[in-house]
Amino acid sequence: MNNNLKTNSTAKSGTTAKPLNYFILAFMLLLLSSFSAYGNSWPEIRERAKGQTVYWNAWGGSEEINSYINWVGIRVKNEYGVTLKHVKLAGTADAVSRVLAEKAAGRTNNGSVDLIWINGENFAKMKENGLLFGPFTEKLPNFKLVDFSGKPTTLIDFHIPVDGFEAPWGMAKFNFVYDSARVSETPKSIPELLKWAERHSGRFTYPHVTDFLGSTFLMQALIELTENPEVLNHSVKSKAAFVKTTAPLWNYLNQLHPHLWRSGKSFPSSSSVQQQMLNDSELDIALSFNPSATSAAIASGTLPESARTFVLKKGTIGNTHFVAIPFNSGSREGAMIVANFLMSPEAQMEKQNPGIWGDSTVLAIAKLSKQDQQKFKSLPLGIATLPPEKLGPTQPNPHPDWKNQLDAEWQRRYGQ
Amino acid sequence: MATTIRTVSILPAFPILTKLLFLIPIAAGLFGVLLPSLGYFPDLGGNQFHFEIFHQLLDHPALPNSVSLTLFSGISATFISLCLAILLAAMLSQDGNSGNNKNKITRFFVIVQRGLIPLIAVPHAAIALGLAFLIAPSGWIIRSLSFLVMGWETPPEWVTLQDPFGLSLIFGLVLKETPYLLLMILAALPQIRAQEYLRIGQSLGYGNFRSWLKLVLPQVYPLIRLPVFAVLAFSLSVVDVALILGPTTPPTLAVLILRWIDDPDLSFRFLASAGAVLLLVITLGSLFFWRVSEWLVLRKWRNWLTNGKRGSGNEAHNLAALSGLVLLGTAFFSVLGLAFWSLSLRWPYPHVLPQRWTSRNWERHWSSLQETAFTTLEVGVISGAIALFLVVGCLENEQWRRVKFSFRSQWLLYLPLLIPQATFLLGIQILAVRLEMDGTFLLLVWSHLLFVLPYIFLTLADPWRNLDARFPLIAQCLGASPLRILFRIKLPLLLKPLLVAAAIGFAVSVAQYLPTLFAGGGRFATLTTEAVSYAAGADRRVIGVYGFLQALFPWIALLLALAIPRWRFRNRAALS
Repeated sequence: MNNNLKTNSTAKSGTTAKPLNYFILAFMLLLLSSFSAYGNSWPEIRERAKGQTVYWNAWGGSEEINSYINWVGIRVKNEYGVTLKHVKLAGTADAVSRVLAEKAAGRTNNGSVDLIWINGENFAKMKENGLLFGPFTEKLPNFKLVDFSGKPTTLIDFHIPVDGFEAPWGMAKFNFVYDSARVSETPKSIPELLKWAERHSGRFTYPHVTDFLGSTFLMQALIELTENPEVLNHSVKSKAAFVKTTAPLWNYLNQLHPHLWRSGKSFPSSSSVQQQMLNDSELDIALSFNPSATSAAIASGTLPESARTFVLKKGTIGNTHFVAIPFNSGSREGAMIVANFLMSPEAQMEKQNPGIWGDSTVLAIAKLSKQDQQKFKSLPLGIATLPPEKLGPTQPNPHPDWKNQLDAEWQRRYGQ
Repeated sequence: MATTIRTVSILPAFPILTKLLFLIPIAAGLFGVLLPSLGYFPDLGGNQFHFEIFHQLLDHPALPNSVSLTLFSGISATFISLCLAILLAAMLSQDGNSGNNKNKITRFFVIVQRGLIPLIAVPHAAIALGLAFLIAPSGWIIRSLSFLVMGWETPPEWVTLQDPFGLSLIFGLVLKETPYLLLMILAALPQIRAQEYLRIGQSLGYGNFRSWLKLVLPQVYPLIRLPVFAVLAFSLSVVDVALILGPTTPPTLAVLILRWIDDPDLSFRFLASAGAVLLLVITLGSLFFWRVSEWLVLRKWRNWLTNGKRGSGNEAHNLAALSGLVLLGTAFFSVLGLAFWSLSLRWPYPHVLPQRWTSRNWERHWSSLQETAFTTLEVGVISGAIALFLVVGCLENEQWRRVKFSFRSQWLLYLPLLIPQATFLLGIQILAVRLEMDGTFLLLVWSHLLFVLPYIFLTLADPWRNLDARFPLIAQCLGASPLRILFRIKLPLLLKPLLVAAAIGFAVSVAQYLPTLFAGGGRFATLTTEAVSYAAGADRRVIGVYGFLQALFPWIALLLALAIPRWRFRNRAALS
């Protein structure tokens, strides 16, 4: 019974209802769920998914990722009869706003978005506003292969419990990219980065905070500079606490900015633009959120052969990215099929191959068959990718609250 | 006679239908942003009307700089484009009778014109992307400089792109808007019989340029006022060009609004709506300011018009030649840069040409290109055809019923060009979702129609009205029905302007970014939406593929529009 209540996330129950009403409600929910448009068991889901078209809204700025998604489309078509259409977004919020507009208009079925590539604050907002379908991940057979203990961010996304409303897809970890043809010694900490920038004025910058990598840099610096990073794991308690905690960061940025590209008066509009500037020799050090993306970029020709990566001694921020299904998708079963396929050893292996995309797996290798384990082990690392033992510790993403307030404060100080 | 009456009696339906097609979405769009800007958006918990959000907007730290940047870049871009268009048009309308030297000059400007006019067809985003590569500190110009003279190992630290004053943004806009205004001026010249005035001016001893300024300009300006206003409104509210060429700290108001719409914190929707209302106010204010300035300029210069001072004004030649060359060269190399990128595997700084060439970028995208190109073609052709049908109907109604399309209804047609896109598209989206119409092909075509139709009307109205009335009159006397006159007399006579209007309509449709995104519900990918989403990824090789095709498509349409009449009427000089 409990289960039924959960599956119908859009149904609301009155708090003042009498026990009899509860009974009727539960009974109706039971009826509803048996007639509902989506099945509960995996074979049932597979059956219903056949012939459905899934509109997957995902950032479309990377050629490698787009061709990977294209491959996924061919695979799910052949194996499950699901048609996958990649709606290429300039930013995830485009899709969030579309779902919101649909909810505002009262459309509860046949929404235009069936699957969405998401994490962090976008997920937090959608979940908070009841824009997501679920929980659904427990129904996906491949979900149990996920490495929950080794990769806790697959269950807690930016300190927001996932609760089965999004299925893990890939792992990300903050790192720096540099051109070894021009940089001989790389900084090992945030203060050392400042020293480096002072010696090489104009050769480093970070993206504008409207790009997630720009605000991740702020959080990365804050974690290392603030006295008590523990407070970042919870929401911001008060204005005073924010001022006290972030003071060392602003102090640091005030010293850093005069030595940035264009003296910190202008910032690259996105992480991709920043990567292009590294390729154009306008910068010597740039940022990345995927340790093997640099190898993939070298392979595809968007970074020089001499590009390499480095991390910080005390560790860097890591998180997980997911796929979620909007509450009003008309192809939920198809979307679940795709989400499940994305977590399959086959799809995860293809994705981790640096010649294709180079995005790290969310799976626990030990849970896989011997054959798959072997295949994962034989994947090439990539010329610019650090081996796992050199990637350093992984730090948790601060609570989204911090990100929002840091962005706003940064805008106030430097964004005008 | 009976058929005549029947045909003519359905004509009034055309302007009515056209007006309805325009009024409904615009009204819906405006309501859709006005309500949230006043705090009403029930699904986000806004149930009351208040002015809090406008206070919040005006207190926003980025607002003052953003607004002044918007005003400065928008007004300067319009002013410069207009001046250059006037200068070039004046050079083009000199007659070549007075000596060999002049003939050469005229021929030079005709080449400039032939090169510039097709630019109208190239979407803004494509030109902006090409220009960005051309002028960036690691771009083509500096690479060539470095190769030839300077030998820089790393790009110089110059601010040539996304500069805080928006100069590169202004340059990009001027590059696109000058050809458009030039075409509008050239199209208006025959109506005022410019050549005859110029001859009179010359016979009175005024130089060519001077007679153009004193005799032609005062007559031609009122005819191009609407296009100038459209350019001004567009420059103030443009999104894609400002994203690529404009500064980031802060960006222009339109980009700031888009950032708020894109913010995952959904409460920013209120602020975005208020910003959109402010952008509308700024646009209307600027149009008013422009109109007042016109009046002031006229007052100040009226004496100059009639002071009787002669002089050649030939010093303008060099300036015109220089600006013509700069515009033409920049546009050519911007598009060429895109083409080169699409064929390169690696093209790092400081190489002037790609290090390694490849056809891989095209092969890789071939299958998705076909689908995207087909959608682009489909929407462009259908919306263009509907617009052409409605415009011809409205113009026929005008002639048969002898009512001129009223001033007010003409303004209605231009409203979509004068109201910032971000302002009303957001509202349309909400309404469309309510009507279960979003993401349908119908809505996509409709939203394109809002932008395609005004341009087609603008291009076709004057040739249509100026067609020698004696031709249809003779046909009528011989007993031809209105339909027969239309198909046997008018359409063939007006084939060239019809095809040019259709090509421009098609080009406008190809260039639409925000309407395709909002009305298409993300389900329709066109060359432009793909190009802009790849622009976010900054892989110039892919941008090159889409940008180049995006530029090529409308250009071919325009070429066809010019070639078909020439072939069809190869033995009738005046029609080809």
